[in-house]
Amino acid sequence: MAGRTFKSRLIIGTGKYRDYAQNAAAAEAAGVEIVTVAVRRVNLSDPNQPRLTDFVDPKRYTFLPNTAGCFTAEDALRTLRLAREAGGWSLVKLEVLSDQKTLYPDMIETLEATKVLVKEGFDVMVYCTDDPVFARRLEDAGACAIMPLGAPIGSGLGIQNPVNIRLIVEAARVPVLVDAGVGTASEAAIAMELGCDGVLMNTAIAEAKDPIRMARAMKHAVLAGRDAYLAGRMGRKRYADPSSPLAGLI
Amino acid sequence: MIIFLNGEEHQIEAGTNVTTLVSSLVADPRGVAIERNRMIVMKSQWDQTILAEGDQLEFVQFVGGG
Repeated sequence: MAGRTFKSRLIIGTGKYRDYAQNAAAAEAAGVEIVTVAVRRVNLSDPNQPRLTDFVDPKRYTFLPNTAGCFTAEDALRTLRLAREAGGWSLVKLEVLSDQKTLYPDMIETLEATKVLVKEGFDVMVYCTDDPVFARRLEDAGACAIMPLGAPIGSGLGIQNPVNIRLIVEAARVPVLVDAGVGTASEAAIAMELGCDGVLMNTAIAEAKDPIRMARAMKHAVLAGRDAYLAGRMGRKRYADPSSPLAGLI
Repeated sequence: MIIFLNGEEHQIEAGTNVTTLVSSLVADPRGVAIERNRMIVMKSQWDQTILAEGDQLEFVQFVGGG
């Protein structure tokens, strides 16, 4: 992706965890190489607050700055320009949201922001609706990865529209990652079985009763789903088909 | 003189540059990005950027997020 090779197909967020230590343990258990991060004001009133980078080492993990909380292309652009200054790299995740209730992507703003970011030399992974037409538009605009939602952010509802995810995967020439909506391991596996190149999640791990165990489950689910996709599933039949030979039956 | 730092009023001496302001407030300035009046001040420009009355500054960094 964006000229770089990653071995893990799982990306996790760094929000909603009990603390950064738990977050770091989850990243370890999930075996991830990329974590998403937010850009926020430095806490100047309490400089002793724990810092993400003290727990999740930016030398070990690729920090993927995200524009969560941005509702216009302008806000997202401002955030990612600051992110590039803060981090010094150009691989970023763009999301431009429409409303607080659904956090559904605003695709007009998203497409506009993608065009500007690509022109400014960013490598842009784009959070988007599961609309194959918009996915193509984003790719044409230069997105380095297409990231359709499986379901609304933080909802844990699973892959609501597998048909569209599959259509996006089939048409795309850049990596496709399901971003948002996965609630448990089987849903991550479903995303991968649809042919996605990866999965991005935060809440499914952070809000599990045991986040570290769920992180590990997600690692296995993504590996299993990928293998199942590559192996090619058997055909579906209407009736039983015995596994033991009928010949030689006593 | 008064500037606005992360949305709050902040008193500084006239002639203060960005480097001085940052080091008085942040223990480790690595990973901090600064915007002055909506324009990014790159780290290489911190020394030569002298702040002016009423400047709107934003200090940001990476934090946990989805």
